[in-house]
Amino acid sequence: MTAETDPVQLLTPEGQRVAHPDYDIDLSPGEMRDLYRRMVMLRRLDVEATALQRQGELGIWASCLGQEAAQVGSAAALRPSDFAFPTYRDHGVALTRGVQPLQILELYRGLTNGGWDPLEKRCGLYTIVIGNQVLHGVGYAMGQSLDGTDDATITYFGDGATAQGDVNEGFVFASVFTAPVVFFCQNNQWAISQPRERQSAVPIHQRATGFGFPGAFVDGNDVLAVMAVTRAALERARSGNGATLIEAYTYRMGAHTTSDDPTRYRMGDEVERWRLRDPIERLKVYLAREGIADRTYFDTIDREADDMAVTLREGVRRLPVPEAVSIFDHVYAEEHSLLHAQRAEFEEYHAGFVDQGVR
Amino acid sequence: MTTMTMARAINEGLRVAMDADSKVVLFGQDIGRLGGVFRVTDGLQKDFGEHRVMDAPLAESGIVGTAIGLAMRGYRPVIEIQFEAFVYPAFDQIVSQVAKMHRRSAGTVRLPMVMRMPYGGGIGAVEHHSESPEAYFVHTAGLRVLTPSDPQSAYLTIQQAIACEDPVIYLEPKRRYWDKGEVDLDTTLGNTGLLSPWRARIMRPGTDVSVIAYGPMVRTCLEAAEAADGVALEVIDLQSLSPLDLATVVESVERTGRAVIVHEASRTAGLGAEIAAQIAERCFYSLEAPVQRVTGYDVPYPASRLEEDFLPDLDRVLTAVDRVMED
Repeated sequence: MTAETDPVQLLTPEGQRVAHPDYDIDLSPGEMRDLYRRMVMLRRLDVEATALQRQGELGIWASCLGQEAAQVGSAAALRPSDFAFPTYRDHGVALTRGVQPLQILELYRGLTNGGWDPLEKRCGLYTIVIGNQVLHGVGYAMGQSLDGTDDATITYFGDGATAQGDVNEGFVFASVFTAPVVFFCQNNQWAISQPRERQSAVPIHQRATGFGFPGAFVDGNDVLAVMAVTRAALERARSGNGATLIEAYTYRMGAHTTSDDPTRYRMGDEVERWRLRDPIERLKVYLAREGIADRTYFDTIDREADDMAVTLREGVRRLPVPEAVSIFDHVYAEEHSLLHAQRAEFEEYHAGFVDQGVR
Repeated sequence: MTTMTMARAINEGLRVAMDADSKVVLFGQDIGRLGGVFRVTDGLQKDFGEHRVMDAPLAESGIVGTAIGLAMRGYRPVIEIQFEAFVYPAFDQIVSQVAKMHRRSAGTVRLPMVMRMPYGGGIGAVEHHSESPEAYFVHTAGLRVLTPSDPQSAYLTIQQAIACEDPVIYLEPKRRYWDKGEVDLDTTLGNTGLLSPWRARIMRPGTDVSVIAYGPMVRTCLEAAEAADGVALEVIDLQSLSPLDLATVVESVERTGRAVIVHEASRTAGLGAEIAAQIAERCFYSLEAPVQRVTGYDVPYPASRLEEDFLPDLDRVLTAVDRVMED
């Protein structure tokens, strides 16, 4: 068993900027404020969505509370022409790729199993089967490579997914085809009730070596370090050197989903310890201390978040329920005779209720 | 017309599709220099290069999963699963992702990929090399399923599968790979005549019994029709298993009043069950006798010395014909 090394850190939990021998990042004040803003908006979406679920407006919600820096920092490192393959918890990735908050809520309200055009946003749809999207990301990156572009792909997954065959097959394919892909693992310590130790007997990033590419270990609650490490991995991919596995060490502050009760399997003091490592507070302290942002700025962002929350609360209730017959739409791209017949049967059956005022 | 084997006809069909569209790429185990364990892709890597014909690591879910990514990138991957029973590790990707992506993305992501695999028994193979898994795929919304029965249908249906904007499971009857037949290489998809897409073919007209088969069993049924004494069998090759061309089946059964369905796969909830149900729903008042199924039994595919007793053959088909003629 190999010991954990220290994760790459550029900003301490107390908001102190520190140097690292291998990684650095030089962001403008505007870019740093943008990271802060994105994380605050993400957290607000997360808190509002949890509340909306409790009010019965959403069927379920998968909270990313505590993982804002890992998601925003990595997605902010992408170019528009890159491609991201997220999981169902990666709301910060989706938002950073330009997905609208209401498009995310549509899925959790049960109105769609998708929500956006993945090719337009260059961001895959949420994948619920654990690890499936990792292979899609590797294949997409193989295509980027065949096309001769210097674009890259990032694919997200959690600590639990590292036990999945698809993730390990993704590592193999990326390695043998030198695919321009970044494997971004948010190790949030818990796969529902199972701790990381039940998924991998060695630290996750160390597994990369056996597959033939480097592993990086980064403080997932340090947005600057996450962005720096992801940028370096993307750069390596773009220059034809293949994959990198990034383990972002973070913590799922909330439940697995709104259906879960984490008090059954973990201690409250563990959560409290991680609260002191909050990703947003640490950047806020740094921005304030360095004079990059002041109280007026923070207040403005809070108001923007408040406004978004109002828009979400009103908007989610107004999201239209699709016509029932739409269940037959887009099952196939081309005409399918049997499905066509079933659709006609469905329409005829429902037409029989029109006189009774039933939809 | 050119005489060639079915394996060669698929190879020629792949070649036509690859010539026509540079986005068509082949991906699978041992398909490059070796040409696949059945040599279906023989010579294609030499002619089209290693970027168009890519040997894959030995991981079926990895092959299907990465092909999804390639398709999202604009490629038209034609993947080869070495044997049908090795597709099960990829079943999750096929059912949860390939079949559902177009629907999930509201039509914005198309996955025009073809998943080729040899299937069926009769070659004396070890376990996991002789199965008929078609019902799993036909049952899965979002997939199309094609299976050729002779070189001519193979040459065209493989091109049809590649041209299709939907994902297609393409099942190749392995015991018929080396059967020879006439192929019109000048026939194109736009000019298919009798071989129109997603349609069944009446291989031999007859007036007494409709014998409905596909893939490896079509030849068996044609032989049965030849051997049948005093009974005129109409042999239908379904070709497309999803969607099923029920119009052709119904038209035939309404004429003959008798139907025998033949497949290698196990009986319960097999394709024959669906076809028999459709015949009952649509042709009930034309039927002169109960529909018969001639299928594999509901047992794991047996060891090869016993497979002849598992597989439908000419005698079992004729026994079923006798039964429907008794009534």
